[in-house]
Amino acid sequence: MKLAIAAAVAAAFAVPAHAQQGPIKIGMPLTLSGQFADAASQMLNGAKTYMKMHGDTVAGRKIELITKDVGGPAPDVAKRLSQELVVRDNVDILAGYVLTPNAMAGGDVSAEAKKFMVVMNAATSVVITKSPYMIRTSVTLPQVMETFGTWAATKGGLKQSYTMVTDYGPGHDAEGAFQRAFKEAGGNIVGSVRFPVANPDFSAFVQRAKDVGPQSIYIFIPGGAQPAALGKAFAERGIDKKKTRILGSGETTAEAALKSMGDTALDIITAWHYDYTDKRALNQKFVKEYNAVSNGRNPDFFSIGGYDGMHAIYETLKKTGGKTDAEAMIGAAKGLKWESPRGPMMIDPETRDVVQNVYIRRVEKVGGELINVPFDTIPMVKDPAGERRKQQK
Amino acid sequence: MFSSLAGVLFDGFAYGMLLFLLSVGLSVTLGMMNFVNLAHCSFAMVGGYATVTLANKFGWPFLATLPMAFLAAALLSIPLERILYRRLYRASDLDQCLLTIGIVFISVAAFAWFYTTEQQSTQVPSWLQGSVQVGGMSFAAYRIFLIVVSLAVTGALILLLEKTRFGAQVRAAVDNQRMARGLGIDVDRAFMFTFALGGGLAGLGGALAIQVVGLDPTFALSYLVYVLIVVAVGGLGSIGGSFVAASVLGISDMAGKYYFPWLGAFLIYLVMVALLMWRPVGLFGKR
Amino acid sequence: MASAEQSATGYFARQVRWRPLEIAFWLAALLPFVATPSYLSLASQVAITALFALSLDLLVGYAGLVSLGHAAFFGVGAYTAGLIAKHYWTEPLSGLLIAAVLSGIVGYALSHIIVRFRHLALIMLTLGFGLLLHEAANSASMLTGGADGLQGFKVPSVLGFRFDMFGRTAYAYSLAVLFVCFLIARRIIHSPFGLALRGIRENAARMPAIGAANQAHLRKAYTLAAVMAGIAGALLTHTTSTVSLEVLSFGRSADVLVILILGGAGRLYGGILGAIIYMVARDQFSGANPQFWYFWIGLLLVAVVMFLPNGILGGLSALYKKHK
Repeated sequence: MKLAIAAAVAAAFAVPAHAQQGPIKIGMPLTLSGQFADAASQMLNGAKTYMKMHGDTVAGRKIELITKDVGGPAPDVAKRLSQELVVRDNVDILAGYVLTPNAMAGGDVSAEAKKFMVVMNAATSVVITKSPYMIRTSVTLPQVMETFGTWAATKGGLKQSYTMVTDYGPGHDAEGAFQRAFKEAGGNIVGSVRFPVANPDFSAFVQRAKDVGPQSIYIFIPGGAQPAALGKAFAERGIDKKKTRILGSGETTAEAALKSMGDTALDIITAWHYDYTDKRALNQKFVKEYNAVSNGRNPDFFSIGGYDGMHAIYETLKKTGGKTDAEAMIGAAKGLKWESPRGPMMIDPETRDVVQNVYIRRVEKVGGELINVPFDTIPMVKDPAGERRKQQK
Repeated sequence: MFSSLAGVLFDGFAYGMLLFLLSVGLSVTLGMMNFVNLAHCSFAMVGGYATVTLANKFGWPFLATLPMAFLAAALLSIPLERILYRRLYRASDLDQCLLTIGIVFISVAAFAWFYTTEQQSTQVPSWLQGSVQVGGMSFAAYRIFLIVVSLAVTGALILLLEKTRFGAQVRAAVDNQRMARGLGIDVDRAFMFTFALGGGLAGLGGALAIQVVGLDPTFALSYLVYVLIVVAVGGLGSIGGSFVAASVLGISDMAGKYYFPWLGAFLIYLVMVALLMWRPVGLFGKR
Repeated sequence: MASAEQSATGYFARQVRWRPLEIAFWLAALLPFVATPSYLSLASQVAITALFALSLDLLVGYAGLVSLGHAAFFGVGAYTAGLIAKHYWTEPLSGLLIAAVLSGIVGYALSHIIVRFRHLALIMLTLGFGLLLHEAANSASMLTGGADGLQGFKVPSVLGFRFDMFGRTAYAYSLAVLFVCFLIARRIIHSPFGLALRGIRENAARMPAIGAANQAHLRKAYTLAAVMAGIAGALLTHTTSTVSLEVLSFGRSADVLVILILGGAGRLYGGILGAIIYMVARDQFSGANPQFWYFWIGLLLVAVVMFLPNGILGGLSALYKKHK
């Protein structure tokens, strides 16, 4: 009898202690509607795939995702939603952030409210400086584009380049990064042009490039409908890819873009950090699971940002034993190393930014399908802009 | 130099033709019934997605899907007009705006639900791919196709308006609705058919646009501005106006980007502002 | 003669007197502080949008000028406030005044072109100028920060109150400014100038016959609307310490027009009511269904148009008259 009472009392005390833990809430302001809706939904699916593959419990606590729609590049909304996630929903972690202005606004909230933050896409270098509790698991433009510039002028054997980028933040960043590295490695930029953001027709710009007759053309345009339009413009204006090499970012030869460009995409050389056709075993497993979660879609770089972001969160929580205060989490996250479907990855212990391989790929026809085939790898690249910031201090 | 200029003019004209197909329906219905239909580009989306479904899911050849894109958009516009739009002919411009914007939102969400937000593309037959070489200049086959289709549509529309009784009724209703009614013309029925025709043409334009600008659920909003520009610059109720305005805008946009790329996006808006300040009723407008 | 004057001033006096419903409304505006303290950030953005919509009402509802580019002035105000905070000083009230003046200057300049046009030409010209300004801001990324937004500034407090995470200071600040501007708008509307505006809206051809200077009145209205929109923009910058190209976008111009029509144009409170309903509905729908919330918003808009013509206030007043 006494034993039973003792057991009951013990059980009564045991239950509240567990209930106090509760789920770990991750607040995700994403651009779920508008022009960038597809990116956000791919990112979310990447995160959900990770949770499907590794379960939704870490360190004895359940993981709960709370998503909010920012609607587009709207830092005022992103800030308000991040604030509301903190004060209304009591989230432990802020994550997501497809676009740079939104990530910058979120960074302010992360710093003020002292919340661990994981940027799963926004690729502008300075974003990482906005909060001491922020890490990034996606990519930075200088990381890929400066590497590409250096490669193009050295191993790529190119002496000249004409750059064509979209006239907005990421375009300017990419242009600056590529030109800087290309020139430093001995190359010559023979001209440049910027397209308006919503530009549907590239003929005029391609014709201008053709008039100059450069050895290579470097392009940076956002995903969506533009890569196909540009690819067609190249074909229609008669740019011979054997004489003029086309260099681009991985967004330009994403799956949907390749499908609509058709054979006009052949021989485009791109530098990027992830492709779903990568032969790694972990990637093939990821793609299979992703197909199930996303109704048949293949993952892209937004997806892998979400997947690795969740991985970083899980591993950090395992290290802190489920404690979510920002100091503990950022301490545990710094220097985190792991194998991702994209290859080896690390969170830089000083800058808290992503360190990863950059792959140089060429579009080839394999088994009747157009895919990006990697032929060179630059291993574990740190964000050069971040390194320069370190030196300035 | 000349060959590149010719190439740019050609490409600009083809782009203008696409804008024409997308806009002509709105110009005529706006001129005829003074009904502000901001959901016009939703019909373009209907046509585009009809083509995508038929071609990608059911394996129809691209050309066969085009008349279906026209039909799908035209047929969908009829119940919309009968049930919703009809009630608001006497309503204020502002209320008409609100209704049609609401319909745009609904259509964008509906297409995102059924087709996801992914970019759509279709395969066109090989004779429409690549380019045609004429005297050292290369012209894209698909753009030639666009121009041919648009000219054919323009011809058919003019024939319809000038040579048929229905066309005469439409012209009368555009010029003076009250008078037309007074003469016993069933303006409402004429409008219903015109509306369906306009929607159908937008659907055709949407289907043809996939190869040039792609397709996703935000199309209804992104192209609305360009369509409004063509309609305003061309003049309400005028097919010729839409044709000329679309051509001017397409060519100046293209030529501007070629000769003054730093002007970029400014040019099309500057041209519009200049033309409207010069002729506020539009190039061929009446009021 | 004396009685005619008396009735004229009496008319204005009657218009200006506060109705009990109005007093109740403004008192209710204080409720969020106690009733829904975690929604104060949203409340401050509703107040800012309400001010923006009120400024558009001066144009659309009273002067009869439909503008699809009103975000231009919102943006001028927002960027002015941001640039002052970044390069000069972070005191918000002076920044607010400077932003108001600058928007007014731009509005006054543009008004010379704009008010000469009507119908579709007017709408497209306002749209065109708005788009041109947006493009200019994108190109001038050295000054504005371009698509990434203006970075490197923070507005920490107003009158000694810190802008906190809960949005208390933000709401108090926005609500106070909204109220002051509302009082000014109310005065303007119930004045001979306001009456002249409504006359121009109803029948522009007749007005010069009774001695009204159409163009001058319209320019004044346009400038006032620009000033108020600029104040709203500056408020947004101060309360969020962010500015990006989005403040100049066509989307923002279109949204505020939809909000005004939803609430009911030409009824003083239409913009405010429209802002409350649209933004709260959007917040709730998007919370419940982040990927497809605009379906429900679209349905709301269609329902309002079908059942409440001339906006919610317009429809309600029609129903009220019918049942009287």
